[in-house]
Amino acid sequence: MGLLSKKDSKLILDPLADNNPITIQVLGICSALAITAQLKASIVMAISVVFVLGVGNVVISLMRNIIPSKIRIIVQLVVVAALVIIVDQVLKAFAYELSKELSVFIGLIITNCIIMGRFEAFALGNGPWRSFLDGIGNAAGYGVILIIVGFFRELLGSGTLLGFKVLGDPISKTGLYALGYENNGFMLLSPMALIVIGIIIWVQRSRNKELIEE
Amino acid sequence: MAKKTDKNSYTIIFSVIMVIVVGSLLAGVAQGLKSKITLNERFEKMQNILYAMGINENESDGDITFISTDKVEGVFAANIKKQLVIQGDDVTEDPEAYLIDIKKEETLAKDPNYQRRLPLFVGEKDGETLYVIPMRGKGLWDAIWGFVAVDKSLVVKGVFFDHAGETPGLGAEIKQRYFMDDFKGESIMDADVFKGITVAKGNNDPVNENKTDNKVDAIAGATITGDGVTAMIKKDVRMYLPYLNSLNQ
Repeated sequence: MGLLSKKDSKLILDPLADNNPITIQVLGICSALAITAQLKASIVMAISVVFVLGVGNVVISLMRNIIPSKIRIIVQLVVVAALVIIVDQVLKAFAYELSKELSVFIGLIITNCIIMGRFEAFALGNGPWRSFLDGIGNAAGYGVILIIVGFFRELLGSGTLLGFKVLGDPISKTGLYALGYENNGFMLLSPMALIVIGIIIWVQRSRNKELIEE
Repeated sequence: MAKKTDKNSYTIIFSVIMVIVVGSLLAGVAQGLKSKITLNERFEKMQNILYAMGINENESDGDITFISTDKVEGVFAANIKKQLVIQGDDVTEDPEAYLIDIKKEETLAKDPNYQRRLPLFVGEKDGETLYVIPMRGKGLWDAIWGFVAVDKSLVVKGVFFDHAGETPGLGAEIKQRYFMDDFKGESIMDADVFKGITVAKGNNDPVNENKTDNKVDAIAGATITGDGVTAMIKKDVRMYLPYLNSLNQ
C-alpha cells in the first residue's frame, strides 16, 4: 500500500483479521445472525455499513472538539440516524428498487453496535482521515464475516448462491438432488448463523494462537 | 480547570443548535425529494397491479421483472379498462382509485358509520376480463400486502405479494416468483362457498398440480408469514364477493 503509511494501513487491515469486530470484539452479532440467510442481503448490508461507518466516523471526528462530553452518545445517535435517513430518502427518490431491498436493513444499521463503538472508541479521539480509514476497515471486517456466513447459509440452506440454483433444482430433482441430497432448512434459521460464526472464530483462533484469551 | 464543553449552558446551546440543524436538514431533504418519491410509489403500484394480471417482463425462468417505469403509465392505461370504487351497493368509477390507501380505509372502517371504500381494478388481458383486488395484512414482523387477479368464475389468474420487513430467505420469499406462480389456477371458491386460498404446510404438492383444493404449498420456516397471507386473502377478498357474484347473475 504505497498510498498509506504503515500505521494507516494497519487501521484498515487489522479489523479484517486479527481485530475483527465480529469474531474478536463480538460486536454486531445481532445483524450478523438476522440477515445472513442470503448472500445478496449480506453483501447489501456490508456495503451499507461501509458507507455509514466511513462517513459517520468522519463527521464525528470533525466535531470531536465541540461535542459536549455529557451528551456525546446522543450526538452520535443523531449523526447515525440522520445519515441513514438521508441515504434512505435519496435511494427512494433515485434508486427505488434498491431502497426496497434495503428497507429491512435501515433500522438495523442505526442499532449496529459497531457503529456506536467506533464513534466512541476511535472517531472521538482521532483526526478525520484516520477515522475514515478506521471506519472503512471495521465495516469491511464486519462485511467479510457477513459474506462468509451468508455464502454458507444460502448454499447449504437453499442450494442457491445470489439466487442461482448452483446445486440443481430441488423440486424437479436435478444436479446434486438427483443423488438424494437435501437442503438443510435449519441453515436458514438464526441459530445456525451463530454456529457458523462460532466455527469461523474457532478456525481463526486455531490459526493464530495469540488471539486466545487466558 | 473544566473544559468549556463541559458547561451546562454549552451543552444546552449545542443540543439546541444540533436539533435545529439536523431537523431542518432532514426536513429539507424530505421536502426536496417528496415529489420524486410519490411518483416512484405510484409507478410501483401500477407495476404491482399489472404484475398480478400477468402483465410483466418476466423471462421464462428467473426473477420478477416488472414493466419498466418509463412505460408503466402507458401500459397501465391501455390494460386497465376501469377503476371502480365499491361502497356498499354503490359502484362508481374513479380514475384514481389506485391511489386509495388501503391502510387508511381499514382504520376508518373501524367506525361503524363509515362506509369503507373498496378499490377494484378491471383489466383486460388476452380478451379476458380480470378483476384485480388489493389486499393488506400482517406478516411476522410487519405489514404484508398484495393484489390478486381473478376472472369472472373467481379462478385466480395471478397474484402479487410484497412485504415491509419479513425475514430474508424465509418470509420474504412470498415475493418470489415460485411462490406467486403457485396461486395461478386455484379457485377462491369451493363450489359456492368462499374458501380463499390457504398457504398449507405438508400438502405434498410443491408445484401445485391439484388446482381444486384451495391450497398452495407453504414455504418452510415461514409459517407465520404464510398464515398471514392466508388470513389476508380470506379477510380482504371476501369483501368483494357481493360485487363479484353480482357479475355472474
